[in-house]
Amino acid sequence: MNPMIIPKAALDDWVRLLRSSYRVVAPRPLHGQHVFGEVGSASEFDLGYPTSVLPPKKYLFPAREDLLKFRTDAQQVEATIDGPRTVVLGVHTCDMHAMQLLDRVMATGYSDQHYLAHRNKTTLVSVECLKPCTAGSFCKSMGTLSTPEVFDLHLTDLGDAYAAEVGSDRGAALLPGLKAARPFADKDTARLNRVMSEKWPRFPLRLEFDVTELPSLLSTSYDSELWKELGERCLACAMCTNVCPTCYCFNVMDEVDLTLKSGKRLREWDSCQLDKFATVAGGHNFRTARAARQRHRFFRKGKYQTDAFGLLGCVGCGRCAEACLVHITPVDTFNELYRRQHQPAAATPQGG
Amino acid sequence: MVTALKQTLIDPSIYLPTYGVVRNVRPMTGMEKLFDIALPEGMSLGHKPGQFVEVSLFGVGEAPISICSSPSRSNGGFQLCVRRAGDLTGLLHTLTPGSPIGIRGPFGTGFPIERFRGKDMLFAPGGLGLAPLRSLINQVLDERSDFGRVIILYGARSPAELLFTDELAAWKARGDVEVHLTVDRGDENWKGNVGVITTLFPKVEVHPRNTVAVTVGPPVMYRFVLMELLGKGLPDGSIWLSLERRMKCGVGKCGHCQINHLYACQSGPSFSYAQIKHLGEAL
Repeated sequence: MNPMIIPKAALDDWVRLLRSSYRVVAPRPLHGQHVFGEVGSASEFDLGYPTSVLPPKKYLFPAREDLLKFRTDAQQVEATIDGPRTVVLGVHTCDMHAMQLLDRVMATGYSDQHYLAHRNKTTLVSVECLKPCTAGSFCKSMGTLSTPEVFDLHLTDLGDAYAAEVGSDRGAALLPGLKAARPFADKDTARLNRVMSEKWPRFPLRLEFDVTELPSLLSTSYDSELWKELGERCLACAMCTNVCPTCYCFNVMDEVDLTLKSGKRLREWDSCQLDKFATVAGGHNFRTARAARQRHRFFRKGKYQTDAFGLLGCVGCGRCAEACLVHITPVDTFNELYRRQHQPAAATPQGG
Repeated sequence: MVTALKQTLIDPSIYLPTYGVVRNVRPMTGMEKLFDIALPEGMSLGHKPGQFVEVSLFGVGEAPISICSSPSRSNGGFQLCVRRAGDLTGLLHTLTPGSPIGIRGPFGTGFPIERFRGKDMLFAPGGLGLAPLRSLINQVLDERSDFGRVIILYGARSPAELLFTDELAAWKARGDVEVHLTVDRGDENWKGNVGVITTLFPKVEVHPRNTVAVTVGPPVMYRFVLMELLGKGLPDGSIWLSLERRMKCGVGKCGHCQINHLYACQSGPSFSYAQIKHLGEAL
């Protein structure tokens, strides 16, 4: 399908139109940051937002989600699988890469029907990033500065209008009824090309090596002293994993209501950075040291996920770098590992 | 037509347990009980030795527990030997015949018994580790002619904590199983060996190239047992162990059981030493 043009003046009409069939969520300004939430009009959100506190992953994999409901006074249990049809407006390309990884994780081996139900009811409208969003981000180095092919609709800001590229039937279904939308003209192609070619130089390359070397760099850095140094600084607060678009570890728990007769089983985001995460029956903990937990996290991001799913576990969004109170960042960590391997004499403690 | 329990996970949810029923409860020691569980009519567990199930008591939660009965003796159900340790196992210990119990699984790969055929088998369970190994031991004994020597070196903390004492006696009485027991601390009636499990290893001689050793026990035991087995000349690939972790989901998602890059619930919990010796988080 040919790209379309959506004038910015028609954004409000579009949102109101979409709301007749979907819950519409978008990045809303809040206390100087942006938070994905439901919107009713175009004035409530900003598609040129820098980054969001939590990634839009939360619509596919909520922080707390019911899995089952049951009775305790009868043999009655059923799966809880539902959720509203949702359009997520303004997904950054890094977060699209993260969702591509989550799609693969959740559909590999045992398919997680709860995730897939959300996924099948969600239409992803991604937006082209035109300038770096935060000091922590490093998408260009991670190869996530353009969207993977899993978008439903992809928007690029052309000034007074958005170029809208359709990636799926679900995405195409968002456009009929919007009278102001029109097909691309030649001048639009020229405008799109100019915007795209102008954006790339604005983004710095922040890794000192090619990202394809990252898994092998980690393979030979398992015993690096750097993990100990990070462990000494880490507060084990789990902020890094809470804001991460590719983290999906969870805990499972039961909650009963006040009658004690019925209840639900739910899952809640958990974190490998927390003390008890790797504790087993009998009390032994296989990752007591914060150094081991930080190493585990960085290995998941830079190697384990690539080995298992063919995609990097870090998409360069920079949220963990911004959230960390002691300035542990993926860019500094990966670069320092690289320096220590390639210029051992010049090794210095990792800076903030 | 028998349906494997695992088929129930395809729809609607991989997290939805199936109700089984407790057929029998047998106290084993002060801390452990043996539960005999039946699945609904027409459904079978279809497990391999070394696999585990997720046990649900709704309102309390779910926990991974090794299956301790052998597939060759399923008798329409399966058995779990459970130590009373936390909320879930505490409540489990109050169940009586007829109680419903939620089951998902079986999960994990199990021991590759087909690769063990023709070999001498050396079993070295410690404490509660006899529960998962009993599944494999009974399978081996039910196909006794397919295997060479069968040696069992079993250690517990005290005589009162020895599990499956009746079966240990029966295995010894067969005449084709070498059974050696030890306890860390004896009592006035104990006439056998006193000492940790490693004190039993000098009592047996094996052909290292034709022996498979399978050891299951608490994490601290493995390092010492491995030294004994490697000291006898067994190759890394002939030493098998079970790396128990707190698998919250059993289906390779929740992350709790991860050992470096491996999810114990998917790639294990049965591993050969060759598979895990280079993994910093394994032992």
